[in-house]
Amino acid sequence: MVYSIRGFDLAALDVEVEPIAATPASRGRLVFWLAVAWIAIVASAAIAADWLPLTSPTDMDLLARRAGPSADHWLGADALGRDLLSRLVFGARISLSVGLIAPVLGLIVGGGLGMLAGYFRGRFETLVVGGIDVLLAFPPLVLALAITTYLGQSVLNITITLGILSIPALTRVARAATLTFAEREFVTAARALGAGHGRILMRELLPNIALPLIAFFLLAVAVIIVVEGALSFLGLGIPPPAPSWGGMIAEGRDSLDAAPAIAFLPAGAMFLTVLAFNMVGDRLRALTDPRQGVL
Amino acid sequence: MTDPPLLAVEQLSVDLPTPRGRLRAVDEVDLRLEAGCSLGVVGESGSGKTMLSRAILQLAPRHARLGGRVLFDGQELTTLAAEALRRLRGRSIAVVFQDPMTSLNPVLTIGRQIVETLREHLAIDAAAAKRRAVELLVEVGIPAPEQQLRQYPHQLSGGMRQRVAIAIALSCEPRLLIADEPTTALDVTIQAQILDLLARERQRRNMAMILITHDVGIVAGRTDEVAVMYAGRIVERAPTGRLFKAMRMPYTEALLAAIPKLDAPPHTPLPAISGRPPDPTRRLPGCAFAPRCCYRAARCEEHKPSLTPIEGTGHEYACWHPIGPRV
Repeated sequence: MVYSIRGFDLAALDVEVEPIAATPASRGRLVFWLAVAWIAIVASAAIAADWLPLTSPTDMDLLARRAGPSADHWLGADALGRDLLSRLVFGARISLSVGLIAPVLGLIVGGGLGMLAGYFRGRFETLVVGGIDVLLAFPPLVLALAITTYLGQSVLNITITLGILSIPALTRVARAATLTFAEREFVTAARALGAGHGRILMRELLPNIALPLIAFFLLAVAVIIVVEGALSFLGLGIPPPAPSWGGMIAEGRDSLDAAPAIAFLPAGAMFLTVLAFNMVGDRLRALTDPRQGVL
Repeated sequence: MTDPPLLAVEQLSVDLPTPRGRLRAVDEVDLRLEAGCSLGVVGESGSGKTMLSRAILQLAPRHARLGGRVLFDGQELTTLAAEALRRLRGRSIAVVFQDPMTSLNPVLTIGRQIVETLREHLAIDAAAAKRRAVELLVEVGIPAPEQQLRQYPHQLSGGMRQRVAIAIALSCEPRLLIADEPTTALDVTIQAQILDLLARERQRRNMAMILITHDVGIVAGRTDEVAVMYAGRIVERAPTGRLFKAMRMPYTEALLAAIPKLDAPPHTPLPAISGRPPDPTRRLPGCAFAPRCCYRAARCEEHKPSLTPIEGTGHEYACWHPIGPRV
């Protein structure tokens, strides 16, 4: 009797628990793949922009100023009659390349410094931590202003500036991750088996901190895209007439009442892209989070 | 005694700076180990066993201060250049750590971990290293070694992981193997298998071994000599058989008495050693075990006993009031 009752209860529990446990996980997976798909679409459009049957993003069709969607201009045209779809795609090229190359710069410099600081500790670590504190204390907008003023506004200068600005955060992540692994026994074991510093850093530590670093890198990509947009919006970013999402929003501001799409289309593209990078980064971060071993 | 031993540790001390003052983890330890012999080091948690093994390899924590000398094969390790030391580790002296969950890198396949150690020390190409890795896995009793090479540590059981760790340690035919509590993290049924494996491989390779453990039972049948450590010092050392028959140090006696006996009636209280080991940051003037010792006298609390040999037996002990030889 008792056993059958217990068995019955367990069966009831199973039925109740399963759908609740299954839904968020599968929903999370769906969102993750949607985000990956969006990034893939934007990235391939940006890469293939030259071969796509698009009108030039700087060609002005003055008859179609602020026009709505038509066969000639699928998404309409901006205040100067330039094709919005074309500008969006070429803008993605600039936004994405700045958004990816700048954090890569930060990843290489910051990740390297952070690993060395976390592994060797001592005076070098003090120096690195002090250095990134100085960099963090410096107002980023002022730094961006200073560089663009003295070195000129170009994609390269913007990328380098944003790269420098992403160094401190990535250094911290790399150092923190290295600190937790450097004290682990397998590092002592490797040393006891005769591994040198280089091998311990590259073969023992790097594979372990790669996932948290990449997860954070993706979040940095999202932030950099927004910052690049903000700089362009302020007129400090990519110089016109080259299209960038932030610059397009700034230009669309003047005709918000007449043709809101001119500002909202690039804003939407930026929103979705940043959201997608955040989603993917969050997912990867969750995978490395020891508190959520179930994922 | 004319031949230099494989390993000679002389007056080895390790001091660790702590917020509460200097902590003496290892206190003037002397050890000798001949080639092909095995030594058991027994002591409770915090007695300095692990720190001793790290100090032998010059792998003590960053801020630790080492004193004394470590001679391996006549070579002074304490002054050896970092590069020479690195070549020695893994090649001539290898270590098996306590917990195979943490001593293997979680994100590298075990094949990669074995091959890397091999290629670090021996001038062999990748294919030869892989063949050697398969041989090693067979030697440590891992079934289907080719497939296991592609596995990650978390895909193996604890016992299997420790076998892999032993395979890595044995890979370069070391002359001395330091096994630091190799079975503490393992299931009891696996413990004997791992210990037998270590003993078998030691004999086959004529390799010297230091077996560090807190379990007196483990060293009993498997080592030539046993050293008992307490509060960083060696308090008694003797050939294994003699130690168990004629121990002189009350601490050794208490350790042995604390092992549960199978023939004891159920619910017999274990004669545990009361109290705790002394605070290693505050050094006692007398014998470190005196506060917990049931034979203590005034002299034990005032003067530190030193290791005294019993002539002609290889037995040494540090005690003012040794237990008499058992009849």
